Amino acid sequence: MADVVLLDLWVSPFGQRCRIALAAKGVAYEYREQDLSNKSELLLRSNPVHRMIPVLLHGGRPVCESLLIVQYIDEAWPVAPRLLPGDPYARAQARFWADFVDKKIFDCGTRLWKCNGAALEQATRDMIEALGALEAELGGKDYFGGEDLGFLDVALAPFTAWFRTYEQCGGFAVAEHCPGLAAWADRCRGRDDVASALTDPDKVYEFALTLKEKFGDK
Amino acid sequence: MEKAAAAENKAAPLKLLGSWASSYTHRVQLALRLKGLEFEYAEEDLGSKSEALLRHNPVYKKVPVLVLPDGRALAESAIMLHYLDDAFPAARQLLPADPFDRAVARFWCHFSDDKLGPAVGAVFASTGEEQEAAVRQVHENLALLEAELREGAFKGRRFFGGDEVGFLDVVLGCGSYWLAVFEEVTGVQLVDADAFPLFHAWLRDFEAQEEVRETIPSVDRLLDYARGLRQMLLAMAAGAGAPADAPTAAPPSAAPPAPATADIAVDI
Repeated sequence: MADVVLLDLWVSPFGQRCRIALAAKGVAYEYREQDLSNKSELLLRSNPVHRMIPVLLHGGRPVCESLLIVQYIDEAWPVAPRLLPGDPYARAQARFWADFVDKKIFDCGTRLWKCNGAALEQATRDMIEALGALEAELGGKDYFGGEDLGFLDVALAPFTAWFRTYEQCGGFAVAEHCPGLAAWADRCRGRDDVASALTDPDKVYEFALTLKEKFGDK
Repeated sequence: MEKAAAAENKAAPLKLLGSWASSYTHRVQLALRLKGLEFEYAEEDLGSKSEALLRHNPVYKKVPVLVLPDGRALAESAIMLHYLDDAFPAARQLLPADPFDRAVARFWCHFSDDKLGPAVGAVFASTGEEQEAAVRQVHENLALLEAELREGAFKGRRFFGGDEVGFLDVVLGCGSYWLAVFEEVTGVQLVDADAFPLFHAWLRDFEAQEEVRETIPSVDRLLDYARGLRQMLLAMAAGAGAPADAPTAAPPSAAPPAPATADIAVDI
């Protein structure tokens, strides 16, 4: 087994956070696609509590949960770019907003493909509000991390591949409500370390439609 | 005159906005005490939140909030614990130094917040078969922690942090004291010393720590509070139309019902 292994799923924005961090740091790793309908013995052994991807194995030791993996990557490979800044308050803010992405963006996004009617309308309003808060946090900066990719950029970037899906489901345009965020998304996609990790937005939308078919509200 | 002026110019201490029954508030109070950091405390009336709270935590509008001397504020207790380590590097550090150990501590912090806490809350908010299912969930969760203490990441340790209380002790501990309170109020056994000997021993040692005794409210106060809350939760469940002992099992991460309870910080 390679020294660094990532157990992942092609379309997972959580897995993609890890791929971006590893690429940004220039860390070589082995990518292992997981079949979640038939979980591998390695996955079950590495994450017995949740049995979910992503899992990073470093020297055979497992690290679970995407934001914990990204922090681990930043700490275990303390080279540029430093994903978390040096200033204690700025670090706390980066953690806060990355946690916000987990609490709000993923939840709203799920409701957008899953729900209909009034619930869908609420999900759309909630998503616009959440993206607006992130737009405000970005301010006029190129990246949330300032001049280069930071922890919050890594946390949010994979979800930009889902913007088209959110827009189709909710009937709104990210660029109209959050022009700064839309520009940031383009900027991220122009980088190799991000672009190589993200799924094509059309493929994401196709995938979301199959999820809706299987699990969506009737 | 000069000395008095200098004293007045001394930076204001940290200020913590919290709620006396909130485990998340206790985490931060305990962390500050363990680090020997001075702070001011302001009790929030969660039924009538202060302008300061709403201004400092506009996103979630919850306690605790940590206000820094320069007026900037932080929300989310686990993030505050990280901040205190970063901002006061000379003070006792709560998180371990090694990146892998940090990842493990953070993992079980999430487990406490996302799995164990809500499961215990579900026991407290339900009765009958729904409660039985919630109790099974709590036992499954405690069994995972017991296994880590027995043969896993925390094998051979007195505390999760090692010889001394650390980040995960603060997170798990400020919440676990509710277990005995809920057992008393609901009549349900959650932490059996025979089934979970290491967890039981850890909790006993944690609660004996001086700083913990200074932080956790008296058992009588907690019992009073819990009894009142339980009555209210059951009344709400009955009022919502669903029979209190409906056969459907509570989902593993079920939180106490109704938006109001999110503010009534039995958020263990």
